[in-house]
Amino acid sequence: MNWFQNWMLPKAAATHAGDVDGLYMFIVYLTIFFFFFNGALILYAVRKWRRRSAKEVTPHITHNTKMELIWSIIPLFVVMGIFFWGFKGYVKAWVPPNDSMEIVVTAKKWVWQFEYPDGTRTLNDLHVPLNKPVKLVMHSEDVIHSFFVPSFRLKRDVIPGRYTELWFTPTEPGVQQVFCAEYCGKGHSDMLARIFVDTPEQYETFLREGDEQVRKMPLKDLGKLVYENKGCATCHSLDGTRGQGPSWKGIWGETGKGADGKPYTVDANYIRQSVLQPQAVVVQGFEPIMPTFQGLLREREILGVIEFIKSVK
Amino acid sequence: MADTLTTHGNGHAAHHGDYLDDPKGLASWLTTVDHKRIGLMYMWSVFFFFLVGGIFALLVRIELLTPKQTIMTAEMYNRVFTLHGAIMVFLVIIPAIPAALGNFALPLLLGAKDVAFPKLNLASLYVYWTGALMAVTTLALGGVDTGWTFYTPYSSTTGGGVTLMVLAAFVLGFSSIFTGVNFIATIHKLRAPGMGWFEMPLFCWGMYSTALIQILATPVLAITLLLLCMERVLSIGIFDPQLGGDPVLFQHFFWFYSHPAVYIMILPAFAVISEVIPTFSKKTIFGYKAIAFSSVAIALLGFLVWAHHMFTAGMSLFAGAIFSFITFFIAIPSAIKVFNWIATMWRGSISLEAPMLHAISFLLIFTIGGLTGLFLAALSTDVHLHDTYFVVSHFHYVMAGSNLIAFLAGIHYWWPKMFGRMYNKRLAAIGAALVFLGFNATFLPQFVLGSRGMPRRYYNYLPEFQSLHVASTIGSWILASGLFLIGAYLLASLRQPKSMVANPWGGRTLEWETDSPPTTHNFEGQPVLQHGPYDYRANPAPVGVEEHIH
Ligand code: HEM
Ligand SMILES: [Cu+2]
Repeated sequence: MNWFQNWMLPKAAATHAGDVDGLYMFIVYLTIFFFFFNGALILYAVRKWRRRSAKEVTPHITHNTKMELIWSIIPLFVVMGIFFWGFKGYVKAWVPPNDSMEIVVTAKKWVWQFEYPDGTRTLNDLHVPLNKPVKLVMHSEDVIHSFFVPSFRLKRDVIPGRYTELWFTPTEPGVQQVFCAEYCGKGHSDMLARIFVDTPEQYETFLREGDEQVRKMPLKDLGKLVYENKGCATCHSLDGTRGQGPSWKGIWGETGKGADGKPYTVDANYIRQSVLQPQAVVVQGFEPIMPTFQGLLREREILGVIEFIKSVK
Repeated sequence: MADTLTTHGNGHAAHHGDYLDDPKGLASWLTTVDHKRIGLMYMWSVFFFFLVGGIFALLVRIELLTPKQTIMTAEMYNRVFTLHGAIMVFLVIIPAIPAALGNFALPLLLGAKDVAFPKLNLASLYVYWTGALMAVTTLALGGVDTGWTFYTPYSSTTGGGVTLMVLAAFVLGFSSIFTGVNFIATIHKLRAPGMGWFEMPLFCWGMYSTALIQILATPVLAITLLLLCMERVLSIGIFDPQLGGDPVLFQHFFWFYSHPAVYIMILPAFAVISEVIPTFSKKTIFGYKAIAFSSVAIALLGFLVWAHHMFTAGMSLFAGAIFSFITFFIAIPSAIKVFNWIATMWRGSISLEAPMLHAISFLLIFTIGGLTGLFLAALSTDVHLHDTYFVVSHFHYVMAGSNLIAFLAGIHYWWPKMFGRMYNKRLAAIGAALVFLGFNATFLPQFVLGSRGMPRRYYNYLPEFQSLHVASTIGSWILASGLFLIGAYLLASLRQPKSMVANPWGGRTLEWETDSPPTTHNFEGQPVLQHGPYDYRANPAPVGVEEHIH
């Protein structure tokens, strides 16, 4: 009967799906059984006791306490069993393990945005490592949405004004479909996302190089995105005004003096060094306060910053 | 063959003229306080809105024939499914059995002349028409795209005629409350002499439990809807988080009414089935008290389980567990009833007339509808199935399938009593078969769609779901053709002369003791009960009719 389960349910792809599937199939068989059981009783009665003459007399049976007790108590036990089974699965799906990776999910009409622990953001594509618990912390910017992953057997509403959580441990590499399950207007049925369940190598690549969007973005645009999102803009202006750090306006190719008096030239190597080891060369007249971005920026993002600085004239 | 069973009672030509023709004229209908006429006007209104809601349903199904746009835009689609749901729930399923059949049959079954408050009864009809008119007017305001559940903050921020639609539902609630109050008073006060509570036909118990819910739960909906209107018009900030409100609060309020309301939609169906099965099995009902008490139990338990619609809305673990636990208890009275009905057929004398065919199809469909509730009451499986087509299918099985098919059973059962005419029985059998087949063809695929992950209220969908959607759409046309056939032969029957005997089915309840159609005052004099409602021992025992001046 495996084909039957495979037809009724999408292929399970997270740890606690098995529990849900077991209960699901149990109730499916229960339903099928009682449908045919009741159907057979009715068919039997209709054929055997079909009215043959208007004068037929029927026995006057008003009730049968013993039988009625039996058919109340047996279902009671069955449904209590189902309750506990369902409760067990729900509890399992409730409490995330302590070591789960936390990803912030923001829903808005009609996209899903994901933010990773390192600050990376992606739209509609979520990358997670295989066999590692992931916890989603979700909120909505407008109406109620609902994050639904059929192959994980999981769903949780995403609500404006409060956080809800969902966690899972993916067990199948590949792509899983995400739907929005709470009606949210015109784009409701197009509010789809995908979860890329990556092998460790793929996930490494993702962390190093970003997802497809980042990989495909022109370097200059990527640099601008880094400038805006990773905090460069708090200290460096683009229009020549002096901030905590030197403005980026027109610095490409310039030469200047470091705090220690040594001259430097703004080229690719200099920028790279300033991002990863800011204290190596501190521009004269500025405090050595810039933090290192070691580990926070990917190689391609640094190249993007270089391209972007080239373009700020 | 059963037509000739009993012609005792007042089956001879009536002295007063029947209620259909006496007095004549449209004005006399619009100002009538006769429960039978009010029942019929409700019935025609329900038929009309069923047609409208049904056309919207067919449009939805056609749109879903292909994964992308088929015949309408996404905005249109959202309006069409909202209107389909709102019309079917508020204008069709909730009033169908209580307001149409209940109004017609309840006083007759009790041996009463009318309901307790005839003028209130007429008022409830006008309130219903007002609400219906308001609901239809929203179309002119750009329609409503919230779904019939009006979840905030979507409903408090989207445009169109939402405010008017919400007010329409508010007004319709009053119609429902009036009917409920009337039925409770009628059952308490106007039972025929000799009719104790446990000698009432079970239909009356069903109406009584329904009325309890109507008067206890509907005010909560009324308040919720008013709050939503205030939110939209005055921005008071109860549900909208941008104004400091809590959107989930709306769901609690809404389901506190609407969960019991789903039993407003099913208890009346149980009521009809409990009349039809004994009559066409010619056998006393099995477990009268169990059926009566389980209706009341369902009505009361129905108030304790509302949050099972919100297991995925971020409730606490504890709350989820409690609501799930209580929900399972609803399954027991439902199961008890099914077994009781089957036991009633056991060793009976079963006649497969149209009402009985519908009752049997009810039994099969309700079995599926009730059992699929178990998937949704269980926490872990509900998390997967909530807001998918599985839920859509479950509630169509219990609402459209069970409630409407019971309504059809009741219509076919009391049609000769209402109009004094019989429909074409061959066509009726074909109609019942088409409805049963079409219904299952439409909704069985949706269980699979849902468990495979297809969410509800989707305009576009992934291509992998298409074949099941196509099957469902084909089913919807089979279902529609069955319903059209039924409508056609029922209307055709009205062109025959009135020639029906008093008791064409050999029923043992009081409505069969008076003419078909009854006179304006229902009975010649006050009927006195001499046997229980399903007592077939004396075969057939005449009921004493005391002559009274009236
Ligand atoms: C007695 C006949 C029944 C009726 C009239 C009925 C009606 C409904 C309706 C109308 C809905 C959907 C509301 C919506 O979201 O639009 C629903 C959902 C539900 N029903 Fe039933 N139902 C019945 C039987 C049962 C039984 C026996 C159970 C439990 C054992 C059950 C459990 C549920 C649950 C838990 C939901 C919520 C599903 C979800 O939204 O995830 N129902 N029902
Ligand atoms: Cu959404």
